[in-house]
Amino acid sequence: MVVAGALLAVVVAYAVLVPWVAGVDDRVTDYSSARLAPSLENLFGTDSAGRDLFVRIASAIRTSLLVALACALLATVIGVVVGTTAGLAGGWVDRIVMRSTDAVNALPHLLLGIVIVAMFRGSLLAVVLSIALTHWTQVARIIRSEILSLRHRPYIDAAILAGAGRRRVITGHLIPAAAPQALIAVVLLLPHAVWHESTLSFLGFGLPPHEASLGTLLEEARSSLLLGGWWTLAFPAGVLVLTTVCVAVFGTSLRTVLAPPQPSELRL
Amino acid sequence: MSLDAIDVTAGYGRGPHVLDRVTLSVAPGSVVGLTGPSGTGKTTLARVLALLDRPRSGTVTVDGVVATGTRFRAPRAVRGAVAMLFQSPRASTDPRHTLAAIIAEPGDVVGRRVDVLEAAERVGLTADLLGRRPHQVSDGQLQRACLARALVQAPRYLVCDEATAMLDAATTASLVRLVLAEAAGGLGVLLISHDTELVGACCTSVVDFAPAAGTVGAAAQAGTTAQATGERTRG
Repeated sequence: MVVAGALLAVVVAYAVLVPWVAGVDDRVTDYSSARLAPSLENLFGTDSAGRDLFVRIASAIRTSLLVALACALLATVIGVVVGTTAGLAGGWVDRIVMRSTDAVNALPHLLLGIVIVAMFRGSLLAVVLSIALTHWTQVARIIRSEILSLRHRPYIDAAILAGAGRRRVITGHLIPAAAPQALIAVVLLLPHAVWHESTLSFLGFGLPPHEASLGTLLEEARSSLLLGGWWTLAFPAGVLVLTTVCVAVFGTSLRTVLAPPQPSELRL
Repeated sequence: MSLDAIDVTAGYGRGPHVLDRVTLSVAPGSVVGLTGPSGTGKTTLARVLALLDRPRSGTVTVDGVVATGTRFRAPRAVRGAVAMLFQSPRASTDPRHTLAAIIAEPGDVVGRRVDVLEAAERVGLTADLLGRRPHQVSDGQLQRACLARALVQAPRYLVCDEATAMLDAATTASLVRLVLAEAAGGLGVLLISHDTELVGACCTSVVDFAPAAGTVGAAAQAGTTAQATGERTRG
């Protein structure tokens, strides 16, 4: 966890500091310096439009992480709302909501994502929406099962006897109890969302080509690769793998810290 | 003026009746005991009386007001009138809250300021325990906090569902003494326990859910006794 956290910190620092210190617009093209191999001048080389990849990858990570964070947060909020509603209402509301969740889940989510992006025409918001709207189902399931196991605990009964209404039981007892699960969901969704953003942009449905994101860089790398520009693929891909693995390891460790198995569960 | 179950029949899911036309009354200031073997419906009756479960037929009235709904849908006039002390103090306290927050909750719910320190003293809890969470105190201390919480609610009736089953003899005695003192002050108490000696020693009347016959006390008239169903599962 410490290693993953430290590496992640380095990646984030790189993403935040480099574009700021370099002070150049990473979208400005200069064809006289196109496809230069990595050197001291251009650490990661330059791409087919002569843009320095060291700077461009930094802003790409920044974009990708921000988009992923927005997606993960939005998906988790939708999942928490749906899961809480289903778990608390029970009966036919629960059945209808959960069957609808299954229906969304049954659709190939990359295709559904592409349909949503196509509907909103490749803007940042469209990418966020398309990933969030296809990834809330797992969160909804987890939160629903959490609420189901909580809602008949005697301490909920005690609160009801004291006169507590639904809203108080939800905000005072149920949401705080489910919050660690929701937080873990956000972190675990992050790497997945990074990959999705890259995929959408790579396929040309996501961000416009001049906006640096890990997906657009990989898409550009396709043409340079045939001309021997291995660095245009290797560095963005390496950073993509490093970032997602770090976030995933960090998230998994966070789960063992935040929601450790109960002693009673271990004894059973 | 009393807490009444009239001709109550109850059960879970599609299972058989757990209670079959049971009538029971708890008057203010009285301590009614309820004993019987496992699975005869003592807890079911407690939950029906506390308006947590809906009976299949029959009515529950609180001081003459007929309870038409249960849980969140219980009539406004009777919400807060019945408090309950549960068997497991661990399960009946939110593990994320401090004892102070747990005791103050009924006050917070209705927007009334609660003197937590005084409420804690009333049940023999020292001030240094109030900042702790449930896993940092003993079962006995936690059950005292639950009693304090129930009393903060200022209920007219208190249902104790095997509330001393997990406690040692000394703690049981002091907890029961506290409940009896509240009963002397006008609180109507339904004391459910397997411990017939305990029930015999402190109750003004006793209802026995033994399959053979119900012992009918002065303040309580048990109708047909509950049908024994063996081990019961929630449906």
